[in-house]
Amino acid sequence: MPTLKRALRMIPGVKLLGTTHGLQRLMLLIGSGIMFLFVLVAIFADSLAPYALAQRKYQGEFFGKQQPPSADHILGTTVEGYDVLSRVVYGARTALLVVVMAVAASIVIGVALGVISGYLGGWLDRILVLIMDAVYAFPSLLLAIVVAIVISGGSSSGFGGMMAASLSITVVFVPRYFRVVRNATLSAKSLPYVEAAKVGGARPGRIMFGHVLPNVSQSIPVLLTLNASEAILTLASLGFLGFGIEPTSAAEWGRDLSTATTSDLTNGIWWTSVYPGLAIVLVVTGVTLIGESLNDVLNPLLRTRGGATTADERELEETVLGGGQAELPDAVPAAVGAPAASAAVQVHDGDPGLDGPQGGAQ
Amino acid sequence: MATKQRSNSAALLRYLGVRLALVIPTALILVTLVFCPMRVIGDPISAKLGGELTPDELVRRREAAGYNRPILVQYFEYLGNVVRGDFGIASKDNRKILDVVLTNGAATVELVCWSLIIAFLVGIPLGRLAARYHDRLADVTIRFFAVLVYAAPVFFLGLVLKLIFGAHGLGVLPTSMRVSRTTELALADLGYDSHFMIVDALRSGQWAYISDVLRHAILPAVALGLMEAGIFIRLIRINLLETLRTDYVVAARARGVAERRVVSKHAFRNALIPVVTVMGMEIALMLCGAILTETTFEWPGLGYALSQYLLARDFVAVQGIVTAIALVVAVISFLIDVINALVDPRVRY
Repeated sequence: MPTLKRALRMIPGVKLLGTTHGLQRLMLLIGSGIMFLFVLVAIFADSLAPYALAQRKYQGEFFGKQQPPSADHILGTTVEGYDVLSRVVYGARTALLVVVMAVAASIVIGVALGVISGYLGGWLDRILVLIMDAVYAFPSLLLAIVVAIVISGGSSSGFGGMMAASLSITVVFVPRYFRVVRNATLSAKSLPYVEAAKVGGARPGRIMFGHVLPNVSQSIPVLLTLNASEAILTLASLGFLGFGIEPTSAAEWGRDLSTATTSDLTNGIWWTSVYPGLAIVLVVTGVTLIGESLNDVLNPLLRTRGGATTADERELEETVLGGGQAELPDAVPAAVGAPAASAAVQVHDGDPGLDGPQGGAQ
Repeated sequence: MATKQRSNSAALLRYLGVRLALVIPTALILVTLVFCPMRVIGDPISAKLGGELTPDELVRRREAAGYNRPILVQYFEYLGNVVRGDFGIASKDNRKILDVVLTNGAATVELVCWSLIIAFLVGIPLGRLAARYHDRLADVTIRFFAVLVYAAPVFFLGLVLKLIFGAHGLGVLPTSMRVSRTTELALADLGYDSHFMIVDALRSGQWAYISDVLRHAILPAVALGLMEAGIFIRLIRINLLETLRTDYVVAARARGVAERRVVSKHAFRNALIPVVTVMGMEIALMLCGAILTETTFEWPGLGYALSQYLLARDFVAVQGIVTAIALVVAVISFLIDVINALVDPRVRY
């Protein structure tokens, strides 16, 4: 049994699950379950959807427009004559693709700029901070709109449309990673291991990305879950405002909602809008639940059970509070080393940069 | 004591000075951020009418509008115009963008105020309850509620409200515009045109008008307000929980102060300070929410105007409105920081 337990703990997340209890564990489990389902649906959309993405006919006969739910179309058909269920299923694929592209791109750019800016300092740092703070203060949806206009002129098709959407979201998110990583780098810069690396003759590039980066990156997973949910909402909002992807090349929940609002709602037709909407709610709820429970686990101030801490909790607490050892157990994906602790506390209520735009510019 | 106070107020003044000085570069970057990318795609006229006009006509129109000049000249001209409050003219309906911002802005401000009332009414009591009954059923339920209202895009929430209360559901509440046509005309006849409907209605003193305005505001305010309430619940819950662990609260408990009183008298007010800080950041989020809410309910505010111009591909108007909103956000975040510095001495380092 002990070996099995050990083997289980090698799976990322299982150890984290062990440190949770009661409500937190429930939230983490439900959230992970929803996410698992979402990813499955996105990957196997082709076999799960009853009809093809832009299919309007079956055996030479049109589905019909705005048909209520029936045996042939469990969730009914849209005003454009598509099958609602198929649109919802394919929408998961679009959302997953866009969010993964957007979040990955913003992590790469934001983290790299943050480490460079924090480590090198000087005028480069000042200018970057000023620009990032301005971008950060900009209402995110408006920024995404501006970028979407630039990239696509407002409408685009297929993969290009998805790229445009994810780039718009990337621009919004880069400053968030930048701020957290830069602040963490600033405090990590003066720690002995960096000095040691310098004395040892390591080049700045190696120090930044070989030594500092691994020690400041622990706060990223929490930020990532928070951003992923916002990314899905931003994508849907862009679609709702008319920056959708062509309906024939990809299904996007926000755009489908928008068409439904303008053409179906006044006739009392509910099935074209309610199902894509529920899909958004479900996925965002899943991601948010994961983020919330991660926050709870990592914020020692919020722990209820005094006294009877388990070994896992003590271990986690040591990694969270006990200084920035380079050896963080990798099964605790979101453990926060000491340099990043201040950054992680900022994350705790869903907004990474609570210190306002002036925060980075002292 | 006196010297300490003087140095304190000097620190405050210095902080405010630095903060004020930072507004200008921030605003400049924001304006540039909007201007540059919009010109990367070419000029607004080609963007809008590219396929519809002959090449010659296109060139003529571009020259007439001055888009053939060097980009730097155009940039500085644009900056100068913005400083003078001239954000350009919408080609869709020939309205001055400044007029659009002022008239529709009033509608947006009114909507945001209504929604804030809902958000406070729902968010503060629920946040307090959740913190007081930490990890118990009330807390669990309220947290799920907070996650759910956050996860529901505001336009979907609005849509569901429309379905339930609109003409095809219960049919009890209006689902579009700020006021019914007859009331609007009547108020205009009376000479009230502050663009704040509720102010006009109150000045008329007619209950029929007031109730008409209020009934129109309910659904949009609830849709946007619930989204904001989700944020308030999370903020207040987490701050209150942290405050409830502080030594002075523990001391109050040790003295035998009732838990109810500990929460309301000792912890709650201190827990509100960080909430004020975050409000500054949430202004931007609320504006985004307002854009979507207005589009859903055809509420004639800035967001509705923006989405209409977006649909018409009128990028001059879009650029003007976005610039104006960005400036407003920069100013509001400055004001919030001032309030913070006044409330919380720790801010003035």
